[in-house]
Amino acid sequence: MRSLVGTRALIRLALRRDRILLPAFLVIVVGMVASGTQATIAFYPNLQSRIEAATVVNTTSSTLAMFGPIHDVTSLGAVSVFKLGMMGLIAIAILAARLVVRHTRAEEETGRLEMIGATVVGRRAPLTAALVVAGGMSIVTGGAAALGLVAAGLPREGSAILGAGFAALGLACAAIGALTAQVTMSARAAAGMATGAIGVFYLVRAIADAGPDGNLAWLSWASPIGWYQQTRPYAGNRWWPLALPLVLAVVMLVVAYAAAARRDFAAGLLADKSGRATASPSLATPLALAWRLQRGSFFIWASSFLVVGAVIGGITSSVSGFLDSPPVQDLMRRFGGVENVTDAFLSVELGMMAVVVTVYGMQAAMRLRAEETGLRAEPMLATPVTRIPWVWSHLTIALAGSAALMAIAGLSAGLTSAAQVDIPHQFWRVVEAAIIQVPAIWVVIGIGIAAFGLAPRLVIAGWVALVFFVLLGEFGPLFRLDQWLMNLSPYAHTPRMPGGHLTTGPLVWLIGIAAALIAAGLVGFRRRDLD
Amino acid sequence: MDAAIRIENLHKAFGSTRALDGLDLDVRVGEVHGLLGPNGAGKSTTIRVLLGLLRADSGVAELLGGDPWQDVESLHRRLAYVPGEVMLWPNLTGGEVIDLMGRLRGGLNPKRRADLLERFELDPTKKSRAYSKGNRQKVALIAALSSDVELLLLDEPTAGLDPLMDSIFRECLKELRAQGKTALLASHILSEVEALADRVSIIKSGRRVDVGSLADMRHLARVTITADLLGKPTGLSSLAGIHEMTTTGQHVEFVVDPEELNVALAALATIGVANLTSHPPTLEELFLRHYSEGEAVSDKGKRKAKAVKG
Repeated sequence: MRSLVGTRALIRLALRRDRILLPAFLVIVVGMVASGTQATIAFYPNLQSRIEAATVVNTTSSTLAMFGPIHDVTSLGAVSVFKLGMMGLIAIAILAARLVVRHTRAEEETGRLEMIGATVVGRRAPLTAALVVAGGMSIVTGGAAALGLVAAGLPREGSAILGAGFAALGLACAAIGALTAQVTMSARAAAGMATGAIGVFYLVRAIADAGPDGNLAWLSWASPIGWYQQTRPYAGNRWWPLALPLVLAVVMLVVAYAAAARRDFAAGLLADKSGRATASPSLATPLALAWRLQRGSFFIWASSFLVVGAVIGGITSSVSGFLDSPPVQDLMRRFGGVENVTDAFLSVELGMMAVVVTVYGMQAAMRLRAEETGLRAEPMLATPVTRIPWVWSHLTIALAGSAALMAIAGLSAGLTSAAQVDIPHQFWRVVEAAIIQVPAIWVVIGIGIAAFGLAPRLVIAGWVALVFFVLLGEFGPLFRLDQWLMNLSPYAHTPRMPGGHLTTGPLVWLIGIAAALIAAGLVGFRRRDLD
Repeated sequence: MDAAIRIENLHKAFGSTRALDGLDLDVRVGEVHGLLGPNGAGKSTTIRVLLGLLRADSGVAELLGGDPWQDVESLHRRLAYVPGEVMLWPNLTGGEVIDLMGRLRGGLNPKRRADLLERFELDPTKKSRAYSKGNRQKVALIAALSSDVELLLLDEPTAGLDPLMDSIFRECLKELRAQGKTALLASHILSEVEALADRVSIIKSGRRVDVGSLADMRHLARVTITADLLGKPTGLSSLAGIHEMTTTGQHVEFVVDPEELNVALAALATIGVANLTSHPPTLEELFLRHYSEGEAVSDKGKRKAKAVKG
């Protein structure tokens, strides 16, 4: 047990560092799940309305792909949590994995852990402390979510199953983070690998849930997120699938601890190869450096969007199969008055993609702040590179990269969709619908850049704005918010394509606002001290 | 124009902390100028103002005849910078970083690059994340020293280097000075400044407390005398200008003001001298004198200044 000496002190240190993040996360997730559920209950006052809504969900590929099926159309709980439950679950999974990386590999990479390691701290203490914090977070958030659902008026057993499902997946993902933190030498890569694994879990179950005629449903068992769905909260309440994520967690932990014991400090299992002794001739500008630093991440995103686009385009034909179902048509009309169900499906899916692409763009743009606080901007700006071109280096990657990702998704979805449905010019219609999302993405990136230039300590404002806009879009109609409030979101202003009218007015406005925000950020950064 | 750097009455505050509090500094073209002070005295802040990374609150800062905040591009073509804490892009190799920095600065001398890599024994094919602190420092040094610039701004450039590499750095800097280059060398390593600097500015709590060549500073400072006498050292301690005298039998040790040296030596000669050594103050003694004076008064300011790096 000597190898665990100091664990308690490290746990306290981690809690001290995350004293705002963890409580804020808990409040947001639990508040969102509980209040959203309460609002949904009010939305469906009787059994008839519930069955109708659930039937629509179960026959619509897009909602099936995003949130999975409702296993009992009569169950109030199942109808009200299918959406929020999935969102809360993903949030916990990602945070659990990233927390572990943050308190192990990231500390090791910056050398802070070395300082701590020289004091009385056992070999296994840092990993154990990180796992306790991430596991604790999962269990507390899962438990609080269950209590919140009971308080919102849902049955106890289903709520307990749901909370336990949250906690179990959180534990499994913390263990996955523990393993990726041993494998790579960079925290960025470790967090990326763990998040990517969660993305794959999500994608696998999306294919299982939305596959044609349900004949891919068995794939659900290949995904830890699928295991959570198999517990069927409020719709059968099965406890035994909870064992699966726990077994996965144990296996991952055994491997992670074994790897941690075998490797040297600061080393990874994937050793770095040596590289070039001289730089390639093209590595001579800030933009070339930014591309060099970000290209790996871009290619991973691009290939993911190629696949996701193809999958979404590929299921458009099964969507049109539901054309005859009146409730679907009714729902689709409510999505914005678009008559054609295929178009509505693609429009919603591309809108979702735009949000995800914004995450990419923001991450790429905020690399600027990471470079600044990581003391890597200073040597750059001590050369003849002035501030504005330096900002444009990473900003170009963010703006052009997000446009490229939407184009890739559009091309890919357009190809598979055009092969499936018999609509004239379907390929170009889909590509166009994807591209028109770009200005809204740029506005959100612009908010991040404005914060970076004008108020660098509040640089998180860009992310906050993104979350706020997503919540407005997802829950605005549910809470019957005023239209002006929902109009704050740039995503509310992109024309509904394909099928709608292409009005350039809003697009020009969005581009203008993005340009103004970026200009403000540039002026601010030109005038301020470097941190 | 013979001033490479001219700073007058420069102020820079971070919140309530006054990092630079009326700093003066002048660096002549062709000299290695030592900027001496402990952590938190304002050395890094000074250099970051000179690089246009920080904007001064008030005062004059002039670099190579230009304004460091306005004329960034033209000035930075003519200088190179080595930070005290070198952070590199983890997935670039050392060689790539050296080339990139050189190209951004407008080109580097490939022969010199190869020569420096050899002298500093750096493997340029390793990824930056695999380098130790000392090796990261070498990357920054090679990048700076292999470009053809007029002025070097060096902020504790040898932090993390072993003594062998330290001496190679000293050689390189001496070579550059012989070529007429100018360097501002911020350091708290006294032996390094003593070995390299033509002139030294000692700064304390964001203000300059002393400046001059080491010879000048020594000339004005007290001399330490140790002597074995032939008789009893009576009456010595009452002479003007003699301080800190200790006596063990016929052995005396004291410091004396330079202008009273003649009188003191005459008094010793009257008693009779068996053996005598005198040595001028070391830089360390000069430095410590500035920092022990008024310790009680400036303690608060110093503690504040410590919150800010350099």
